Amino acid sequence: MALVTGCGGDDDEGAGPTTLNWFVAIQPGGTIEEVAARCSEESDGSYEVELELLPTEADQQREQLVRRLGAEDDSIDIVGMDVIWTAEFANAGWILPWSGEQAQQVTEDVFPSVIETASFEGDLYGAPFNSNTQVLFFRNDQVQEPPETWNDMIAEAVDQGGLIQVQANRYEGFVVWVNYLIESAGGEILSGPEEVSLEQEPTEEALSVIGELARSPAAPPNLSTSTEDTARLGFEAGDSTFMLNYTFAYFSAEENAPDIFENLAVGVLPQVVPNEPSTPPLGGFNLGVSAFSENPDLAFEAAACLSNADSQLTATELDGLPPTRQNLYQDQVVQDAFPGFADIIQRSIENASPRPLTPAYTDVSLAIQRALHPPSKIDPENPTPVYEELREAVEDAVNREGLL
Amino acid sequence: MEAASAPAPAPTGKVTERTLSERRLGWLLCAPAVIAMLLVTAYPIAYAIGLSLQDVDLRFPEEGGFVGLSNYEAVLTSGLWWTDVFNTLFVTVIAVSVELVLGMLIALVMHRAIFGRGVLRTSVLIPYGIVTVVAAFSWQFAFAPDTGFVNNLPLIDDEKAWFGDRFSAFAVIIMAEVWKTTPFMALLLLAGLTTIDDGLYEAARVDGASAVQRFFRITLPLMKPAILVALLFRTLDSFRIFDTIFIMTRGAQDTESVSILGFNQLVSRLNLGLGSAVSVLIFIAVLIIAFIFVRGFGVRMQEGRPGT
Repeated sequence: MALVTGCGGDDDEGAGPTTLNWFVAIQPGGTIEEVAARCSEESDGSYEVELELLPTEADQQREQLVRRLGAEDDSIDIVGMDVIWTAEFANAGWILPWSGEQAQQVTEDVFPSVIETASFEGDLYGAPFNSNTQVLFFRNDQVQEPPETWNDMIAEAVDQGGLIQVQANRYEGFVVWVNYLIESAGGEILSGPEEVSLEQEPTEEALSVIGELARSPAAPPNLSTSTEDTARLGFEAGDSTFMLNYTFAYFSAEENAPDIFENLAVGVLPQVVPNEPSTPPLGGFNLGVSAFSENPDLAFEAAACLSNADSQLTATELDGLPPTRQNLYQDQVVQDAFPGFADIIQRSIENASPRPLTPAYTDVSLAIQRALHPPSKIDPENPTPVYEELREAVEDAVNREGLL
Repeated sequence: MEAASAPAPAPTGKVTERTLSERRLGWLLCAPAVIAMLLVTAYPIAYAIGLSLQDVDLRFPEEGGFVGLSNYEAVLTSGLWWTDVFNTLFVTVIAVSVELVLGMLIALVMHRAIFGRGVLRTSVLIPYGIVTVVAAFSWQFAFAPDTGFVNNLPLIDDEKAWFGDRFSAFAVIIMAEVWKTTPFMALLLLAGLTTIDDGLYEAARVDGASAVQRFFRITLPLMKPAILVALLFRTLDSFRIFDTIFIMTRGAQDTESVSILGFNQLVSRLNLGLGSAVSVLIFIAVLIIAFIFVRGFGVRMQEGRPGT
C-alpha cells in the first residue's frame, strides 16, 4: 500500500490512482491493452486498469476464473465473462448486479438478445463488451446464392462434391451448433433456469439435420473432432463448399488462402424449417464486477468505460469483434471491418438465440455433448432414441444428478 | 542389522535402556517427515473424504449439507464410471505390458553397451524428461489429418482421422504413453540388471547354456524383485493417466479415464461432493492395486530388512 500511495507524486493528498484488475481473454489485435489504457487516462487519475490476460479457450478461461472466485480472491475487480457464464457467476454470488443510470448506460441501444445473456433473474450482471455470431461462408464459384435451408445446403454440397465445415468435436462449440439448430426448428433446450423444454417435434427435426449431415458425403472426415479452427483449415484447403464459422474465418482466409478468398461469400445461416428464419448462435463477452472487489464503485465506472461505444469500435477495428450496440453498425469502422456483410452480422445477432441461461450451464452443456456425440450416431430417419437419451441427460443435468 | 547384532540373550522380554533411547531418537528423527506428510497428504485426503459425504456445489452456495454415501451411490451406479474404469484399466494393462518388453530390451542394450554408455543412457532418457503435456501436443499434431506427418507416411490413409474413433484414438494415446515412460521402466530394470553377478553367466556358459537359456534361467529370476517394483510404479502411475487423454481427446470417443471424470465433476461442474467421491474412489483403486502387488506378487519394498 505504501508504494501505491507513494506513486501519487506531487499531490498533497498523496493518493494515486486506484489499481483495478481486469481479468479478460487475450485478443491478438491488442484491443484489451488499448481500451484499458484509454479508460485509465480518461479517469483523470482516479483508477488505473491492470490486465490479467486469460487464455483464448473459453473452458480454460472459466477454469482460472472460478478457481479464484470460488476462493473469494479480492485481486479480481472486473471480470470478462463469456455470455454463457452470467447465470452461474450471479447465482454463486461472485458478481454484483448493475443498477440505475449505469445499467441504462451500458445497455443503451444494445441488441435485446445480448442483454438477455447478461441478465439473471431480472437483474443485469454484465456490461456487454463485444458480441459474436456465426455466418455461412460459401464458395460463390460453386453456388450462386446462399442456400435457404439445411436440406438445400446438403444437396448442393453433395452435388458439387464439396464438404460442409461445422463444429462437432465433443466440446462447447458442438453445443453452439446444436442450440442454433433446435432454436431454428422452433424449439428450445430450457424454458427456465431449471426447466427442460426440448419439445419432441422441433428437437427431432434438429437432430435429423445433424444425422443427415454426418451420414452424407458432404461430412468432412474429421467431423467428430472438428472445431472452429479445423473448419477454417478445411475450408482454406479448398475442398469445401460451405462453412459455419465466426467472423475470424473471413480474415483468416484473406491472409492464408488468397485463392479461396477470391470466391468467398457470406450469408445468413440456413433455416431448419423452410420459411422459419434461422436463429444464429450468440457469442461474446460481458463485463462483470466481482463481489470481492475492494473498490466496486470504481470498478463499475471502469467497466462502463471499457464497454462503451468507443471501446467497442476499437474492438471491431483491431480484432474484428462485432459490437453489441445496434447503432454502431452504420459506423464506417464497422462497415470497413466487415466489408459487405456488416448488415448480415447485424441481422444474425438480432435474430440470435442465446444458449440456455442457467447456473448449471456447464452440466447442461456436458450432458448435450455426451448424449449427441458422435454426430453419426443419430439416424436421420429415426432420431427418437437419441432424442430420448438427450432429454434424460438434460433433465439430470438441470437437477445436477449423476456423473457427467 | 541392528536386530541381528544385538546381544542374543536379552533379559526376559525386558528392553534395555539403550534400545529404548535409540527408539526414542528414531521417532524424534522421523517426526519432521511424519508431520510434513500428515500436513500435505493426510489432511487433504481427510478433507476430500469429508467433502465426498456432503452435497457441495460452489455454484449453489445456499444449498447442500450432509448426504451420507449418496455421492458414492451416484458414482457407482453410473454406467459412465464403469466405462471409465474399463478404459483406464485397458490403457494401463496394454501400455505397461508394452513398456515392460521394450524397457527390458533397452535395459539389456544399455547394460551391454561398451561404447558411448553415457551418451546412450542419456539419450534414451530424453522422452521421459519432456513434459507430458508438451509430448501429448506433439503427438496430437503429428497425427492431425491436416497438418501432421503421420498420414503422409506410406501405407497410411491420407484422410485417416486418428482421434475420430475409439480404437485409433486409444492406439495413439497408448503409443504416446509408451514413448514417454518406457525410459523410466528401462532405467528401473537396468538397476536390477546391474546387481546380477557376472560370475553366474560365466558358470552357465561353461555348462553350455545358450543366450536364451541364460536370460530365462538367470536374468529373469534374479530380476523378479526389480521387475515387480517397476511394474508397480508404472501401474499406479498409469492408472491415474490424465494429461495425454485430456490434450488429445478430452475424453471424446469413449476414451475418458477416471481422472478426467473426476476433473469434470470438480473443476468443470464445481460439484465438489460428487468430484471428491470420484477422487476417493480413485484413491481406493490405487490402494487395491498396490495391495495386490505387495501381497499377491510379494513385492518387497525394503529388500534385505531383517524380520520381513
